Amino acid sequence: MTATASFRPVIAHSQPSNDTPSYGSTRLRHPIHAPLRIPQTLTETRGPRFAADRFGVLTDLSVTNGKPAIGERIIIRGRVVDEEDRPVPHTMIEIWQAAGRYAHPGDQLDAPLDPNFHGGGRVFSDGDGWYQFTTIKPGAYPWGNHHNAWRPHHIHYSLFGAGFAQRVVTQMYFPGDPLLALDPIFLAVPDQVARERLIAQVDIDITAPGRALGYRFDIILRGRDATPTEKV
Amino acid sequence: MPVATANQTIGPYWHLIEDPAWADLTRFGAEGDKIVLTGSVVDGAGAPVADAAIEIWQASPDVSETFPGFGRCRTDTAGSFRFVTMKPGSLPGLGNAAQAPHVAVSIFARGLLRALTTRLYFQDEKLNETDPVLCTIESDARRRTLIARKVSSDTWHLDIRLQGADETVFTEV
Repeated sequence: MTATASFRPVIAHSQPSNDTPSYGSTRLRHPIHAPLRIPQTLTETRGPRFAADRFGVLTDLSVTNGKPAIGERIIIRGRVVDEEDRPVPHTMIEIWQAAGRYAHPGDQLDAPLDPNFHGGGRVFSDGDGWYQFTTIKPGAYPWGNHHNAWRPHHIHYSLFGAGFAQRVVTQMYFPGDPLLALDPIFLAVPDQVARERLIAQVDIDITAPGRALGYRFDIILRGRDATPTEKV
Repeated sequence: MPVATANQTIGPYWHLIEDPAWADLTRFGAEGDKIVLTGSVVDGAGAPVADAAIEIWQASPDVSETFPGFGRCRTDTAGSFRFVTMKPGSLPGLGNAAQAPHVAVSIFARGLLRALTTRLYFQDEKLNETDPVLCTIESDARRRTLIARKVSSDTWHLDIRLQGADETVFTEV
């Protein structure tokens, strides 16, 4: 059997280290041993497939049971591609966020919870890798990492891609947010260019006039070598 | 050439996307012998990791209409998780090496800026002795961190330790 083409190596400094002391929760959770580098076999090069009829789509987080959520309605649109700029079609994208605080029992922040905003969604990229959803702009958020710590405005993303080694869980940030310069999670990405690509950009062409400001956020998954290099 | 998007932690509130049904990979009607995979996750102080998302993925048996090959389960207050799935078979590895039956396991949690990935192997599988991944781990004790112990006729259990003397072997590709 011929292997599916292998994934390219991860580029140094483009990914955060789990050993990041400025983010306190890493202290007892990061492994001490270096990871074991293993060959890319079918387990790594193949991946799950999700169909929209079994994994229900929710593309508008700004409305619940026909009732609009309170806040600044926004549209986020972007393209999922790989490192060779090839579109990643029909891939599942999970998103979740707080508006004021998270609709989650673990979040005890003293802030109101909007009954019309749940904060979780799921969309699929189209045949050319494009995705879009509508939501409420998230707020800045206090957390216990250090004295007077505030998370920047952010939306969580989870993507699967076509092979398990493409899996990525990340966060999208907003342009001009002064909290980015103070956030140990954002700053944990060593390379500045890689870090700043986590920031969406206002895009007037995505904007729905009179209704919702538009943002562009593209996601790049690990690329595959052009031709299979291994027989398995 | 653009570089792949950086990972960021899944955080403590990923349950907004949780569907507990995903822990049963046989829910679409897969036929055959079902197995149960249980486990626990503890941190470097031995405390349960109670807010993690555990994901499993297996390329065997083949993904089909009735078997997604993928599951997700939260850890509970004891750091425990439980999946129902199908027993994987052997898979070809590089060269002529047969890989022992295994399941890929990923751990996402607050405090992990990138997922930790590892493999779950099954106790008493003959192929474990020649598996090309297991054989690259020199220490017996380290190798054993990947091998789930059989606790009943259809149930295997794996304890995962994120940090410390008996730390699990984590992988990267």
